[in-house]
Amino acid sequence: MPRPGFVLDVDKSTPPILFHHGDGFRLEKLPADRSRVIYPGEPLDALDDVEAEIQQALLHPLEMDPLPALLTPGMKLTIAFDDVSLPLPPMKRPDIRQRVIEAVLDMAAAAGVDDVHLIAALALHRRMTEDELRHAVGDRVYDAFAPQGALYNHDAEDPDNLAFLGETKHGEEVEINKRAAESDLLIYVNINIVSMDGGHKSTATGLASYRSIKHHHNVHTMEHSKSFMDRHNSELHHSNWRMGKVIADAGVKVFQIETTINNDTFGETGPMSVLAKREWEWTTRDRVSFIGMQKGLGLLSSGSRRKVFQAHRAPYGVTSVTAGAIEPVHERTLEKCFDQHIVEVEGQTDILTMGLPYICPYNVNSIMNPILVMCLGLGYFFNMYRGKPLVREGGVLIMTHPTPWEFHPVHHPSYIDFFEQVLADTTDPKVIEQKWEKQFAEDEWYRHLYRTSYAYHGVHPFYMWYWGSHALKHLGRVIIVGGDKRAVHRLGFKAASTLNDAFEMAEDVVGRHPTITHLKNPPIVMADVK
Amino acid sequence: MKALRFSRKPAKYVAAGVAGRLSPGKGASVGPLKLVDTDDLKLPADDWVRFRPRLAGICGSDLATIDGHSSRYFEPIVSFPFTPGHEVVGDLEDGTRAVLVPVLSCVTRGIDPVCPACATGRTNHCGRIAFGHLEPGLQSGYCSDTGGGWSAEMVAHPSQLLTIPDDLADEAAVMVEPAACAVHAARMVNASGPHQRIAVIGSGTLGLLTIAALRGEDAFGTIIATGKYPHQKALATSLGADQVVSPRELARVVRSLTGAFVLDGGQLTDGVELVVDCVGSEASLTQALQVVAPGGQIIAVGMPGHTQLDLTSLWHRETSIKGCYAYTRPDFDRAIELVAEADLGRLVSATYPLARFTDAIEHAANAGARGAVKVAFDLRKKAAPQKDRR
Repeated sequence: MPRPGFVLDVDKSTPPILFHHGDGFRLEKLPADRSRVIYPGEPLDALDDVEAEIQQALLHPLEMDPLPALLTPGMKLTIAFDDVSLPLPPMKRPDIRQRVIEAVLDMAAAAGVDDVHLIAALALHRRMTEDELRHAVGDRVYDAFAPQGALYNHDAEDPDNLAFLGETKHGEEVEINKRAAESDLLIYVNINIVSMDGGHKSTATGLASYRSIKHHHNVHTMEHSKSFMDRHNSELHHSNWRMGKVIADAGVKVFQIETTINNDTFGETGPMSVLAKREWEWTTRDRVSFIGMQKGLGLLSSGSRRKVFQAHRAPYGVTSVTAGAIEPVHERTLEKCFDQHIVEVEGQTDILTMGLPYICPYNVNSIMNPILVMCLGLGYFFNMYRGKPLVREGGVLIMTHPTPWEFHPVHHPSYIDFFEQVLADTTDPKVIEQKWEKQFAEDEWYRHLYRTSYAYHGVHPFYMWYWGSHALKHLGRVIIVGGDKRAVHRLGFKAASTLNDAFEMAEDVVGRHPTITHLKNPPIVMADVK
Repeated sequence: MKALRFSRKPAKYVAAGVAGRLSPGKGASVGPLKLVDTDDLKLPADDWVRFRPRLAGICGSDLATIDGHSSRYFEPIVSFPFTPGHEVVGDLEDGTRAVLVPVLSCVTRGIDPVCPACATGRTNHCGRIAFGHLEPGLQSGYCSDTGGGWSAEMVAHPSQLLTIPDDLADEAAVMVEPAACAVHAARMVNASGPHQRIAVIGSGTLGLLTIAALRGEDAFGTIIATGKYPHQKALATSLGADQVVSPRELARVVRSLTGAFVLDGGQLTDGVELVVDCVGSEASLTQALQVVAPGGQIIAVGMPGHTQLDLTSLWHRETSIKGCYAYTRPDFDRAIELVAEADLGRLVSATYPLARFTDAIEHAANAGARGAVKVAFDLRKKAAPQKDRR
């Protein structure tokens, strides 16, 4: 039976703790008697027979008729699926999306449905490449649909293929992909790697336009999502749920399929496997393997190191497949996510530390630029809580990451302008939103690159910044250890050479002998703070 | 008297070119520039006067000459040997302080009637620069008869001398001549306007002064300037630039501000209506062509020299490059005001005695990298305390 996550109180015998540091690692000794480490749970048992579970979910959905009963000849069927931002890292083939979609298509074929479109629900993310689409849906599906133009990326800026469905009672405009809106049945295939994913957010965000998304991807919403990983206390989700009602009221019938995966991110064999182990359980072989990996990485250029890491495919096990009506399906998914991720933690801390890895949702096969470092740390990791933030208000967040002043010119063109122009002006999310967002969001060149190249939408870096706005408001100081000093300063943070230096700097804010909590993520862990 | 003299010595000029390419300013050590003891200059005509420089600036065109890479275009319009130095504040024989207006127009050459350009006040367009009773020379500082500011004494025509207010320090006054160039540029820009956005390439002396002059004209929208070094960026901002970016960032920023698209190779499809190039290099002009809007104009304020450019975009986008040389007398009058208003004396970063001319030239040639802007020779007293802010 896998061991659950837990909280380790650090004492003098505790070995150095492994911190992720971009495409590298650090071993850090934490101060004894006032530090603790939150360890993720070991991978939950995977389903023995995923195909059987998929069949079970499709044939016995929650609060909806079995899928075959919803499929009729001549109907218009659209299958939407999560894009390249999920899961992280990408999973080994076959991707769970492929397995689910193949099962759905078999049923559609059996029912005589021949008007089928598959849409990568990427919202304002970059378009998926052919390789990425093949990885997600499999070669068989790709070859059957893509050449006919029936498998494609959602385009949130295509006025001819968006449908306005109405407004929520809060005045939020709901505009989604026209094909999806006009289909007799929309099937959405999710990979719910964290509790933020799925539910009404899948369609209301994944298939929406900027006009619609801006109503919840904004500073106000993010500051009132505490946290956005806790859907019942997340304004982001409340907004998406309101939009979900508008979508349903407009007659869009959604058959939701959600899947969860376990924490088997690094595998049980291979050099990466040591990353999932608890440090005091490292064998001699693990130590040798780790040292070898460190030495080997040190010999590589940053570009080569990035390639090595980005090539990693995780051997996740699938832990659940649930289908049916959105809300009951999502509640079950949340339970499964929390089973894997939640660790109970007693009280808040003065200093929260975290080692940021090489990947976040927006740099798959790409570069983790400084804005994404901010988003991963202050957006995603900071929000890995239920109840209260792990760090007290006015506390300090210390992250380790090289934070290179480097951007992928194809994927992140507006990020470069955001970093050079907007952050040079201000780091205040509200000022940024008021002063700059419109210009970037409506920039025709960014729009062109988003629609025709592989660029994130012009407004996307703003959302990354807003994602961290709750943390920015909550924290007294942010320190990045081992980061490019110029880049760190541009982010508005402090740079430290070592973790000990960072602790010294933090004492100016939180006083002497502060309590320290290290969130050891990945694999994914989420704190339930009492 | 002591004077720096630049002679026609082709072998040394070639050596200066090599040295200058290896290390900017090194041409002063190996080239034709020498510190000499020389007799007083003869007055070219009865109405000429003697003028004793107090401070004399080192200009980009001087550096191009000393480092052996100025254009051969100048050969017929200079006369050897000459004493460089055309940014000059000095004393007249009666002790009156004045700044030099170095352009050698028809009046200074004894040409009567004056040429059509001089007749209309456009002395910078004088059609007789190689004629009259003076040896050829487009300006004092390039003419063997007049001498130049890098000496204890030169001669000047009264029309070239402009008395300055007592409260204008020498450091400010020595900036009047380059500021007049900037005023001329700003007025040229103004006449072609109005412009919503202007890009100024370069934040050396000329770039900074142009920003100040543009702001002084008070008729422009956003000024985007490039600056390589932190002190240049700070000064450009304080003198009125709305946004100061590194040279490599200019295209990106202009694209973002104008919503332009980008072609392979970096050419913007749109851009700013007007670019003021205060560098004059192949790279700066190429960049100007890249960021100027179709139908827009590039004003070359920095001296370009022999430059290789792909002008296809100029043809295709109907853009133009217009030269901007020197000034007229009204520009000079305005420059005196501008220098005081914008406190431009602060741009003088270091002064040197003539004896340390190699150090001075090297400092001026590397001014940006060494945190400096304007470097000048100080001829006020033999033992005068030297100013070296950087």
